[in-house]
Amino acid sequence: MTLFTRRALVQGGTALATAGALTGPALLDWAKAWAQTAPWKPEANAQLSMLRWKYFVQTEDDAFVKLMEAFTQATGVKVNISRESYEDVQPKASVAANTGAGPDLFWGLYSLPHLFPQKCIDVSDVTDYLGKKYGGWVDSAVKYGKSGDKWIAVPVCYSGNLMNYRVSHMQKAGFSKFPATTDEFLEYAKATKKNGNPGGLALGHASGDGNGWIYWCLWAHGGNHVDQNDKVTINSPETEKALVYAKALYENMIPGTAAWNDAFNNKAFLAGEISWTNNGISIYVAASRDPTKKDIAEDMNHAYMPIGPVGKPTELHLMYPILAMNHTKFPQACKALMAFMLEANQFNPWIGAAQGYLTHCLNAYDSNPVWTEDPKRTVYRDVAKRSLTAGGEGSVGEKAAAAIADFVILDMFASYCTGREDAKSAMRIAERQLQRIYR
Amino acid sequence: MADVTLNGTPTTPRARSAWQRLKVNRNWLGLWFMLPAMAFLVLFLAYPLGLGVWISFTDARIGRGGAFVGLENYEWLWDDSVFWLSVFNTLLYTTVASAIKFAVGLYLALLLNENLPFKAILRAVVLIPFIVPTVLSAIAFWWLFDSQFSILSWSLRKLGLISTNIDFLGDVWNARWSVIFANIWRGVPFVAVTLLAGLQTVSPSLYEAATIDGANRWQIFRYITYPLLTPIIAVVMTFSVLFTFTDFQLIWVLTRGGPVNATQLMATLSYQRAILGGHLGEGAAISTAMIPFLLAAILISWFGLQRRKWQHGENND
Repeated sequence: MTLFTRRALVQGGTALATAGALTGPALLDWAKAWAQTAPWKPEANAQLSMLRWKYFVQTEDDAFVKLMEAFTQATGVKVNISRESYEDVQPKASVAANTGAGPDLFWGLYSLPHLFPQKCIDVSDVTDYLGKKYGGWVDSAVKYGKSGDKWIAVPVCYSGNLMNYRVSHMQKAGFSKFPATTDEFLEYAKATKKNGNPGGLALGHASGDGNGWIYWCLWAHGGNHVDQNDKVTINSPETEKALVYAKALYENMIPGTAAWNDAFNNKAFLAGEISWTNNGISIYVAASRDPTKKDIAEDMNHAYMPIGPVGKPTELHLMYPILAMNHTKFPQACKALMAFMLEANQFNPWIGAAQGYLTHCLNAYDSNPVWTEDPKRTVYRDVAKRSLTAGGEGSVGEKAAAAIADFVILDMFASYCTGREDAKSAMRIAERQLQRIYR
Repeated sequence: MADVTLNGTPTTPRARSAWQRLKVNRNWLGLWFMLPAMAFLVLFLAYPLGLGVWISFTDARIGRGGAFVGLENYEWLWDDSVFWLSVFNTLLYTTVASAIKFAVGLYLALLLNENLPFKAILRAVVLIPFIVPTVLSAIAFWWLFDSQFSILSWSLRKLGLISTNIDFLGDVWNARWSVIFANIWRGVPFVAVTLLAGLQTVSPSLYEAATIDGANRWQIFRYITYPLLTPIIAVVMTFSVLFTFTDFQLIWVLTRGGPVNATQLMATLSYQRAILGGHLGEGAAISTAMIPFLLAAILISWFGLQRRKWQHGENND
């Protein structure tokens, strides 16, 4: 088993020739020089507080703390970091937005800043600076970060949601590689179930994994919950096809997935109960770190979500944007921190420490060796480029956020798959919910 | 001298007497003594409640105040099948859980009121489910009800009673009964211990007199224990119903309202729509819709259970 200590990771970071990452005094010197030349000068006696999503991979958090310490040493700005489960950041940010008090920075999920765009400070100068310096932003990140012509958040990274599968079970089912199309995938599900190695996709109220595969399935079959003008279009033959497909998959999964939240598939995969699921790379990381799960780590791999009849990738990955509230007394310090985080010297070691769990949104970071030193991580490199946004064809604003938070699409699929509703009434119920949200 | 004294008085005897009367008026003074408590109640109870009701008539979103939209939020809810499902779930959850909590709690209280060995320890043990933080006990139930790793399913499978795992939280009705069971487990100690406190206030001489009169155990319970316990039952059940009706943590940790909103309660739906979905107005409307149910529960408990007729029979007013 490879134990990733902070020292090992930082040393690993020095090997990132392309990144030019620095450590120790060199890092501090660089950070100080950066602070001298950066366009954002923190206010006198500035102190920042940040609420971020709780890490899934410990080494990522260690590297992040180190990054923050470097910022403090370079600028004198102390940063207090609080951590919450990623689903709990939004309620706290919402309360802060409403009351005008609370942390200066919130680092949350999906379209969090679009719930209260007028409460976020304009960070267009930061994103322009970073975009020009690091090869531009991927398309979906631009959608998540911008409200109108203004950037209201900095899209820091994605957490990929791709297929995790057991290689031996795949071969036993008669496949040499993981299915690339939805039709093949259904055959694969049937074959693995027949062999006693079923998979499972969450159909409970699972914000990450549940929404991840449901939106993929909807879009893969040409369905959309709204069109480009945010007109509700969920009640369509394409949606019905997606429902029928999902039910066929569901019938070939392990029983009980209607109860699954985000943690269930990880537990089931690591216990050898399922042979495929959709997830981040955290299952692989956990298996690699646990000597008793080494066989699973060696026998598993990752693949893109299969492509459906629409003929192009239709994946939905978790986006983590960071925003600064306009109640902050230190807007310049906030901007300096955001820019500092995404500078190559900081960002590359940090994203490396996440071991593939997090993916960059700036094109230049494709060359980070984290994606190639272990080939099982490579597919996660591309998730930012392949991701669509939670709004589908429509806007990515508060309405899309409400639809995803309210599990409208997920419940439509779950009610049809579990036989609670037929396709028509499942779509009608979802349509009604969406009309309420998009009114 | 006497004239000077009389004419130099600045106030008329009548006015002075009115002010002085006011100064010693018990109602007037009482008003001032009540003011701090009133201010507290208005500030921390009436104002938030009023604000919540007001928000339900607006299209408020998180981060910005809303415009008045009249009954629009309620009109949308009226046609919303998920809302009505949550009303059904909440009523089922509250009715079944409260009734069983009362029955089991009363039984336990009667049992613990007897002279048992290790009585003090037993009473402390009964309180454990109530002491454990709700989230912790919910996580324990989460494992018990897990679709793959449930110890219950595992045991039944090993005993050869079932062939596949029970889908506790994935099946609509299984999920409902599972969360109700978890709520009962957690709520019974509150009912039991409070009723036990009530039982201990009943004078033993009444039991002795009844025994001398030849009353059997059921008659003693029905005509002595139960009537004397009724005021406590009214308080306990009011609180129990209120706690159950507004339960949030247990559901949120176990199912988040799933599967397919089968365990979605009004409280969880309100949170989901207001805080997670950002529609404060609609969330407030769902919360406001809980008020009539809660008021009804309180009124039934207070005016019903405390009536003498209920306590002493139909002919005893």
